[in-house]
Amino acid sequence: MADRYDTDVLFKALADRSRRRLLDLLHAHDGRTLTELCEHLDMTRQGVTQHIDLLEAANLVATVRRGREKLHFLNPVPLQEIYERWIAKFEKPRLKALSELKKRLETANG
Amino acid sequence: MARSTFVYVTYIRTTPERLWSALTTDVEFMKQYWFGTHCDSQWTAGSPWKMVSSTGQISDAGEIIEADPPRRLVIRWQHQNRPELTAEGDSRCTIELEPIGTAVKLAITHTIEHEPSKLIEAVSGGWPKIISNLKSLLETGAIVLRDAYPAAVSR
Repeated sequence: MADRYDTDVLFKALADRSRRRLLDLLHAHDGRTLTELCEHLDMTRQGVTQHIDLLEAANLVATVRRGREKLHFLNPVPLQEIYERWIAKFEKPRLKALSELKKRLETANG
Repeated sequence: MARSTFVYVTYIRTTPERLWSALTTDVEFMKQYWFGTHCDSQWTAGSPWKMVSSTGQISDAGEIIEADPPRRLVIRWQHQNRPELTAEGDSRCTIELEPIGTAVKLAITHTIEHEPSKLIEAVSGGWPKIISNLKSLLETGAIVLRDAYPAAVSR
């Protein structure tokens, strides 16, 4: 199983300010070229390429070739998996408590 | 022309054939990971395609533009229920399957010639949950999310 390895790569990719900035840039406007991304970062083109490579390895960025251009897209699927694995299960008891509170208050009012 | 696109990619430990049927003909399997929804089509180029909710409502419809099992599927896709989404016209959903080692790379690209697009905004929220559920159902036999929007407190 490659799961543990994949998760390590994913968290490592997220553990960097410039890479998170790249994800934010793609979230604001998807489908950008490397040149467009470089304009927003105070970094060499080579530096940006290395960060993009790590994001691609973690499957956080997907690329599509359009003619001579390579377009970069934010791929939120691994983030959804993190959400399900690390967040959703901790939310459930609280949502249940809220739901019960709502029910009790509404019954009391009626 | 301005366009809106999203590209979602995941790697699933399965075979292209199994994944293809999970995305097309295996309706009961589809309902398990798609929150009760299924797609109805003959899955050949030119045949009509529609998405049917658990209550039988047709949410989206169109036709199959390309079908090359188990590698590539292109759907002409128009939303049917919300007028502002229907007004944006046809979108195009391309589903590509590529074997990589013991897994299959699944890439879903959804595009519309509109910028910004309410349709793309609407479908982009749903796909990650569906793909994530599909992945766990194929790999572990169980789904992770039972409801598309589990945060609804009123239930």
